[in-house]
Amino acid sequence: MEHLAVWIAALLTLGIISFLYKDNAWYKLSEAIFVGISAGYWFVVLFWDNVHGKFWTGVFPPEQYDAAGNVITEAPDYMLWVGAALGILMLMRLIPKIGWISRWPLAFIVGSTSGLYLINYFSSNMMRQVQGTIMPLFGMWPTDPTTGETVFQALPTYDIVGNVVILVGVFSGLVYFFFSKEHRGVFGATAKVGIFFLMVTFGASFGYTVMSRMSLLIGRVDFLFGTWLGLIK
Amino acid sequence: MRREIPLLITGIVGAVFVLQYFIPHWPFSKMNAWFSDWFSIVAAFAIWLGALNLMKISLQKIAGRKEDWGYAIVIIVSFLVIVIPGFGGGQGYREAGTFFSWLYEWVYTPLSSTMFAILAFFVASASYRAFRARNLEATLLLVAAFFVMLGRVPVGDLLTGFMPTGWQLSDLAGWVMNFPQAAGQRAIMIGIALGLVSTSLRIILGIERSHLGGE
Amino acid sequence: MSTRTWELLVVAAVLIVSTIVYLGKVGGWIGGVSFSPAVSIIVIILIFLSLVWILVRTLRGSLVDRRIVFLFVGLAVVLPFFMSITQKIKISPEVQQLYDALEALPPGSKVLVSFDYDPPSAPELQPMAESFLRYCLRSDLKVIIIGLWPQGPQQADLALQIALEDPEIQSKSPQYGVDYVNLGFQAGNEFVIQRMGANIESMFPRDYFGAAYRDLPLVRNVKNFSNIDYSFNLSAGYPGTQEWVQVAVDRYGLRLGGGNTAVQAPMMYPYLNAGQLVGLLGGMNGAAEFELLTGVTGKGTKFMLSQSFAHMIVIAFVIIGNAAFFASGRRKPLEQGK
Repeated sequence: MEHLAVWIAALLTLGIISFLYKDNAWYKLSEAIFVGISAGYWFVVLFWDNVHGKFWTGVFPPEQYDAAGNVITEAPDYMLWVGAALGILMLMRLIPKIGWISRWPLAFIVGSTSGLYLINYFSSNMMRQVQGTIMPLFGMWPTDPTTGETVFQALPTYDIVGNVVILVGVFSGLVYFFFSKEHRGVFGATAKVGIFFLMVTFGASFGYTVMSRMSLLIGRVDFLFGTWLGLIK
Repeated sequence: MRREIPLLITGIVGAVFVLQYFIPHWPFSKMNAWFSDWFSIVAAFAIWLGALNLMKISLQKIAGRKEDWGYAIVIIVSFLVIVIPGFGGGQGYREAGTFFSWLYEWVYTPLSSTMFAILAFFVASASYRAFRARNLEATLLLVAAFFVMLGRVPVGDLLTGFMPTGWQLSDLAGWVMNFPQAAGQRAIMIGIALGLVSTSLRIILGIERSHLGGE
Repeated sequence: MSTRTWELLVVAAVLIVSTIVYLGKVGGWIGGVSFSPAVSIIVIILIFLSLVWILVRTLRGSLVDRRIVFLFVGLAVVLPFFMSITQKIKISPEVQQLYDALEALPPGSKVLVSFDYDPPSAPELQPMAESFLRYCLRSDLKVIIIGLWPQGPQQADLALQIALEDPEIQSKSPQYGVDYVNLGFQAGNEFVIQRMGANIESMFPRDYFGAAYRDLPLVRNVKNFSNIDYSFNLSAGYPGTQEWVQVAVDRYGLRLGGGNTAVQAPMMYPYLNAGQLVGLLGGMNGAAEFELLTGVTGKGTKFMLSQSFAHMIVIAFVIIGNAAFFASGRRKPLEQGK
């Protein structure tokens, strides 16, 4: 069975890779299997983990036992019926005549994510980031706990340069994204500096994307030449 | 009422999630728990909607003998081949040794991994054909990419081993990632956060209604 | 012979050769292949000369067929597997920061590890998971595993099996439920993290194998994030490190280190810079650096040679394309290969 498994995995892998030569029946077959298996996988997993795991065991909680062997049963959570009802309304989208009712669960999802993201993004991606940008540029004035004196402590050159780059980069990048004012004069020059920082960001992202894609390919090559053919020492 | 009720739902749910952050006590903590559970259940049904829609489209393709209808049969058969043991296996459906886990390990995993892996080839080909240093901005992008691609692998230090410590490619790549790249990413992050906060507020207050569709 | 016939012959040849090699592997008469250093250098020189040929062709005005580019990428990834070349890996500050944070934890500290990825991302993240779990179990750190992706706990199980094979760890005889525990997957994305901030048991009433939370000695007294000393998140997308930072770190003060795919890693640097992340492993090179720090070579290190070659090939093709672009005076577009 293990031999069959490895060969099936290898043939399906080669089928997908064959697309690099040109579109062909072997690739189309592998792709169709992938589409069907993926849809089925998520169908099953979400049933057992979400619908059964959350809804069914919440509304009909199973018997549990404590260390002494006594039965403890949690109280059913009938509010979960609302979730199930919303879920079923979602499926009404498949029936054109009453598909409009699927807006209710959709509104619920949109409302939930809006409410959660509003606070999370405001706090973590805005306030904390602004806080992280406002840093000592050249040095600090710590107070000596024994003498009570405040003495200037210069930062290492590496940190000074880095902090200045961060400040200039974040500020000019934000200026670039401000499209309500025409990018002219000093404002335009600042936006231009912002573009340079953004180009560095995109270049670094491209480099890391190449790294990531190559890593995935390396993983498949390891399977084909190592696990399947046993050629890798 | 077809639009008013969804707007009301969006507003109430969104407001509860905002308020529970500041008042993590009853009743907001309880409502937060309810809404979180409902979200998980509704999300499952949303994926089911997609899967059932796929089956509907495939069946229509087969019935109408449209182009590549044979592959639609393969899609449906593959779907059933994993769904039947998945439901039939009970709660232990994915334990080691089950047919579901076998399909997951030897069919689903190789296929999904390879689908992502072939992107490596397209990235290289697209770079060769389209990545041109036409102007200063594109050149800057290219140079940053080179720094990172060479600096993050050992060959970068091999090529710049003669440079003093702190000036080799790995050090320069690290500096680029930690400072100018981080600054650009932060600017993008703050910009997105601002946009997201304003859009979320508009949705919760009912000003933004595009998610409700037409009619 | 027609093209179709050639194609079918090639497919048949590939299948026949792979069947022979497979039978050889099973029968034991074909083993691993390894190039000597001299052969490795000859292979590198041949690849270099081929790139020069491509440069000349491109400078003459026509881009090579994309399938030639694909072939070079394939060779750049495959051939290093057989080469005997070692590379010196340098540790980056963010990887060192994560390692230092772990080193500072006293034995018995509780470490929460969240497996938020699936098998396609395993080449980058699985080596990180294996070396992280190995380090924790060697250092008597107590490991609590959860997953926000359905496949996460399965990946965790695979990584644990590798870590538990370590002789030093075997000598300590770690016990499930006492030294490490796998609480399994919970649906709900960032809502799960939010609820864990108040009560972890409410999200994970049973572990991956069905045992009740309160019956597991390791987590019995772990109520929420305030009882966790350090957390490590292995992330390939959504939900992932960003959600952990936004909810667990900023709201509940959890100390978090990130292990991300290379696609995600650049987006984590602002969090690292702001102190929201304590350490970051980015991509396969991050995995290789962490393996070096923990002293056990794994797949992260093994794959770095292929990674180096692949990067060089991509850079070479970009340079070739640009050389031709500038040589043509930026006037006319290059003639596309078939």
